[in-house]
Amino acid sequence: MKKKLIALGVLVVVVAVAVIFLATGRGGSDTIKIGVIMSTSGPVSHFGTQCRDAIQLAVDEINARGGVLGKQVQLIVEDDEKNPEKTMNALVKLATKDKVRVVLGALTSDCTLAITQEAQRRGILLFTPTSTNDAVTDAGDLIFRSCFKDSFQGQVMAQFAIENLNATKAAVLYDMNNDYSTGLTKSFEETFVALGGTVVATESYAGGDKDFNAQITKIKAADPDVLFLPDYYNTVSLIINQARNQGLDAIMLGPDGWDELVGQAGEEAVGNYFCNHYSPDADDEDVQEFVRKYRERYGITPNALAALGYDAAYIVLEAIERAGTDDPQVLKEALMETNKKYVTGHITFDESHNPVKSTTILKVVQGPDGRLTTEYVGMVDPE
Amino acid sequence: MAFLQQLCQQTLNGLSLGSIYALLALGYTMVYGVVKLINFAHGDILMVGAFVGYFVLKKWGITPVNLMLSFLPAMLFCMILGVLIEKVCYKPLRNQPRINALITAIGVSFFLENGARVLPFIGPNPRVFPTLPVVNYRLFGINISQVQILIFIVAIGLMLILNYIINHTKTGKAMQAVSFDKGAAALMGINVDRIISFTFALGSSLGAAAGILFASAYPQIEPYMGIMPGMKAFIAAVFGGIGSIPGAMLGGIILGVAETLTKGFLSSQLADAIAFGLLILILVVKPSGLLGKPMGEKV
Repeated sequence: MKKKLIALGVLVVVVAVAVIFLATGRGGSDTIKIGVIMSTSGPVSHFGTQCRDAIQLAVDEINARGGVLGKQVQLIVEDDEKNPEKTMNALVKLATKDKVRVVLGALTSDCTLAITQEAQRRGILLFTPTSTNDAVTDAGDLIFRSCFKDSFQGQVMAQFAIENLNATKAAVLYDMNNDYSTGLTKSFEETFVALGGTVVATESYAGGDKDFNAQITKIKAADPDVLFLPDYYNTVSLIINQARNQGLDAIMLGPDGWDELVGQAGEEAVGNYFCNHYSPDADDEDVQEFVRKYRERYGITPNALAALGYDAAYIVLEAIERAGTDDPQVLKEALMETNKKYVTGHITFDESHNPVKSTTILKVVQGPDGRLTTEYVGMVDPE
Repeated sequence: MAFLQQLCQQTLNGLSLGSIYALLALGYTMVYGVVKLINFAHGDILMVGAFVGYFVLKKWGITPVNLMLSFLPAMLFCMILGVLIEKVCYKPLRNQPRINALITAIGVSFFLENGARVLPFIGPNPRVFPTLPVVNYRLFGINISQVQILIFIVAIGLMLILNYIINHTKTGKAMQAVSFDKGAAALMGINVDRIISFTFALGSSLGAAAGILFASAYPQIEPYMGIMPGMKAFIAAVFGGIGSIPGAMLGGIILGVAETLTKGFLSSQLADAIAFGLLILILVVKPSGLLGKPMGEKV
């Protein structure tokens, strides 16, 4: 019995040592490891999975061409379920176990904001494809993004409401616990008032709420021309449903979080507008090329988050090629030199690491087959 | 006038939310009545009911008649599930300290939530529950939607049926007897095991109905959707006096209205805090709940 135990003990030790050697051996210098933190399950999973798939598509293309600096690029993907605590766990895991120096993510602003300080402290270059909250890049010089900021989105939608929809009275219904939602509310209201409109009602809810009838009744009593809903598609589809059930007929406006709304909401969502990073219907070579490749591989039309993820992967990997290393301190300088046309537009970075790029306005319409789809309305450039 | 109109509208919103809480609270209160167990898995029965309704409606297509018919499979499925949970999880613990069954109930709740998450045809991602086209009616400036009408009809109908079962059938009377004194009821020739199973069946089927109503009003379903309504319904049951059936109905309705009115007239940020603060206040004054019978401490 005792002998058996000793033999078993020896076996365990041998296997453990072998595994450790194999693991470190495989992680050798013939690959460049890039960490990815995405919400591939949970309330914004349609965003997370498409963004992840697009990053994978970009990396596979680059690998097929010989990789970066002569090495193959390896992605290590973690899911945070849109839970900021899990985002933090994922970052620590990527930094300590996988020893990555560059991380793409996270998806939503609240998750990204949870890890910007830690990434900066650990000296990791954090590049978020999709987090639009203004404060995301404030944490330090290693934090970048490939999407525009909320203050820009808020301004654009307020301007659109006044100039194109002739609105004078606006209402806002926002999630008070979400940085994305509160940031957008602030910039929308400021611009709307500055352009001569009145904000007649500002109501809020807590993330995860499903009953908005009380707030909608109050908003309806204020009789707004437009209702701004700065949240992600899941919550927005619930709000629009309840608003139309109460007979509220204001035109609703939203930010890029509305992308994918057409797959979630009923036909009551028709006639509303939102701004986005790109339109798959745009008459642009890069866009059409990307849409074709993505459709070929995954069988669906990529959303804007996918386009942003694709761009983010290309921007970062091309910068690594220019820098000659993935050392964040060198890489950040190379990133600042970015000046090229990508799928979501021509990108250069301003001094606070935010891209300077234009936005697309889309309208929710009913397609010929009865399904909801989006219609291209126009482009707005940054001032 | 505008204020009065808004007050009526908000009360109506609150009544429809409260009716769903009430249906769910009935399950908590009936089970507590017969086995003195807080069945924390009851909120997840709502989730299971909503998913059964979802799959049935996906198959049949959404029409008003199909929506009404979808209650039957959902209620039947949850009825069987409820009885099964009782037989497998709670019955073996019936003569153990009460805390064991309570912890088991929390375990069952986790099992249902995470079980649904890993099942490939359910999964962790939210789905859109099929809904009827938006139709609403105006009466004296007050807006009532088709969904709200559906909620009122189903909730009131089910409560009337429940009332009939409890007060006018032999099994219902036996339930009351078991709830009053289990030992004495057994001595009078009542099959206590059967009555307890019946109670779980009844409570779970009401939970399933609440699930379809909840999903119709808030058309998005996912494995964790039962947690918040379950919590609120539990509080409603305690508030109305746990163990009391009219208490659960009243508690649910009051909780729904209080929550909506706070959101509507005070502050949407403090809605839960104020609604629950109110409940604490009432429980301080009347510890056994609104309609609960005061009970002497058993030594």
